[in-house]
Amino acid sequence: MTSSDAKAAARASVSRLPASKQFIIVASRLWAWAFLGLMIVFFVVAVPAVGGATFFTVRNSQNILVAITPVLLLGLGQTLVIISAGIDLSVGWVMSLASVLSALAIRSAFNAGIPLFPSVVIGFLAAVAGAGLVGLINGTIIAKLKVPAFIVTLGSSFIVRGVALLMSENTTVIGLPDGIRDYGNESLFYLVRGEGGGFYFFERPELSGEMLRQLDRILPYPVLVTAVVVAIAIFILRKTQFGRHTYAIGGNLQAALRTGIPVDSHIIKLYMLSSITAGIAGFLSTLRFTAGSAVIGDALLLSSIAAVIIGGVSLFGGAGTIMGTVIGSLIIAVLTTGLVMLNVQAFWQFIVVGVVVIVAVLIDQSRDLIVGRHGPGQGS
Amino acid sequence: MTDPVLSIRGLTKRFGGLTAVNNVSWDVYPGEVVALLGDNGAGKSTLIKCVSGVYTADEGEIYFQGRRSHFARPIDARRVGIETIYQDLALANNLDVPANIFLGREAKKSYFGGLIKTLDEKFMLREAHAGLDALDIRFPSLSQPIDSLSGGQRQAVAIARAVYWDARLMIMDEPTNNLGVPEQRKVQELIRKLRDQGVPVILITHTLPDVFAVSDRILVMHRGRKVTEKKTADTNSEELVRYMVGALDDTVNPVDV
Repeated sequence: MTSSDAKAAARASVSRLPASKQFIIVASRLWAWAFLGLMIVFFVVAVPAVGGATFFTVRNSQNILVAITPVLLLGLGQTLVIISAGIDLSVGWVMSLASVLSALAIRSAFNAGIPLFPSVVIGFLAAVAGAGLVGLINGTIIAKLKVPAFIVTLGSSFIVRGVALLMSENTTVIGLPDGIRDYGNESLFYLVRGEGGGFYFFERPELSGEMLRQLDRILPYPVLVTAVVVAIAIFILRKTQFGRHTYAIGGNLQAALRTGIPVDSHIIKLYMLSSITAGIAGFLSTLRFTAGSAVIGDALLLSSIAAVIIGGVSLFGGAGTIMGTVIGSLIIAVLTTGLVMLNVQAFWQFIVVGVVVIVAVLIDQSRDLIVGRHGPGQGS
Repeated sequence: MTDPVLSIRGLTKRFGGLTAVNNVSWDVYPGEVVALLGDNGAGKSTLIKCVSGVYTADEGEIYFQGRRSHFARPIDARRVGIETIYQDLALANNLDVPANIFLGREAKKSYFGGLIKTLDEKFMLREAHAGLDALDIRFPSLSQPIDSLSGGQRQAVAIARAVYWDARLMIMDEPTNNLGVPEQRKVQELIRKLRDQGVPVILITHTLPDVFAVSDRILVMHRGRKVTEKKTADTNSEELVRYMVGALDDTVNPVDV
């Protein structure tokens, strides 16, 4: 499905269909991109029209990227799980737990005299290990005891939430070393606009007063980390046996079992991956806010599922891509940011995102009706 | 005479008080298509599931290629070359033809001394082409999800997969069910081709046209027992139906064959 042969085949099969159907196939494949583009154009025109600032600035684009990292990270693991015809409702609270765990670990390590960077590494390991353990338990109950994923992850989300609140003693975990703020907020490039400005790589220029307003951060570290995770997820799903088996399990569980795919262990690994991407999100939020929070991921579960669905992943399993989820996350972030800049009341964001989710599914379904559930243009 | 590929001796399988398969003995020889015929509940599926490792027989023996065989799980039967194609074909409709032929046994390329392994798509596509060519199966493209294929084409993919992985005995459960007439013909043609390549085929069916179109021999079951075993050339539809409904029974009223 990755070869040029596949693309040629998809084109060939499209060309056999009448023009109206062709249009629907192409439109259904590209609508998310087109919608994203139209939305940006709309905000670029509309925001200044209501007296707002310019929408499409370097700073704003970087802010949007930072804003989507948690939703996207949760969405990445969720994409893998949903392609396998499962669901992980625990990701938001696993993120919170990881935020608390990493904050506690960094604080203890640093207070014990361990230098800053190794302390941060210890915090990362604590977040990933704690999250991974939740995934291991989720996956084991789902795969071995055959309890539906919806129930298992619903139950574990309550448990994880309780554990996170207990560990944080129901308060924000503070007292972290100041230096970690740099890891969470600094970036790879800096751009200083105006006179005496310029382009800086890796090191923030010393600025003060008015000049500080001219500073733009390009590719902040959380965005960079997320980009690496995105690249790994794309690689796993498209290029490896693990990815192939994920599609197979979601496409036809019986076939996967009969052809000897180790379904149980595969499902356990999927839920571990899902938890681990949530754990990374929690770790990054601790760095960004220099604090651990047991409620940081509370509101993110549904946004991450919305991003996955807008991106075209089928809740029936067997179809979807990582790039789809990236676009879905971008659409939500651009929409939210744009509406804020238009001074639209925040409640409208929910309504608009809800409409987009439903429209996205309707578009996928109309395509499925016409060309079959896995027709051309699906694939990995 | 050549040795049988599959030999069943006195096979019995009970479910509680019900004897689903009752003391059946049967031989299948290389290069023949044998139809296993019977009404619903006659025991043909249970018999086949004992051979393919889904069930373990309560009594009796199974010899495969001359060796006493005991299949605890379906994978044990597949390892020695007994491939069973069920009606659902065990294909992932969201994946393309090569992905399905290599499902669970994907070819991989290694990088960094085996640290990273990726799918070898080129190899799998090439092998899938070769596998299909060997059976004269032609598709316009192999790189589309197979739910864009017809039922008969999907059946062909399942057969090609079994042959590619070196099937020594092919068991097919109602392979022409739900297919249109032209598609049925194509599947029958494939079955003949398998036989010509020396792979014996067991055809589980109650579609009589299939039986006469492709089988060399017929075994009829009724209420768990083997009621007759005949050469296809020596019988006709009416006679077979009488065996299937229990009006004729060689074990009760022996007839000269």
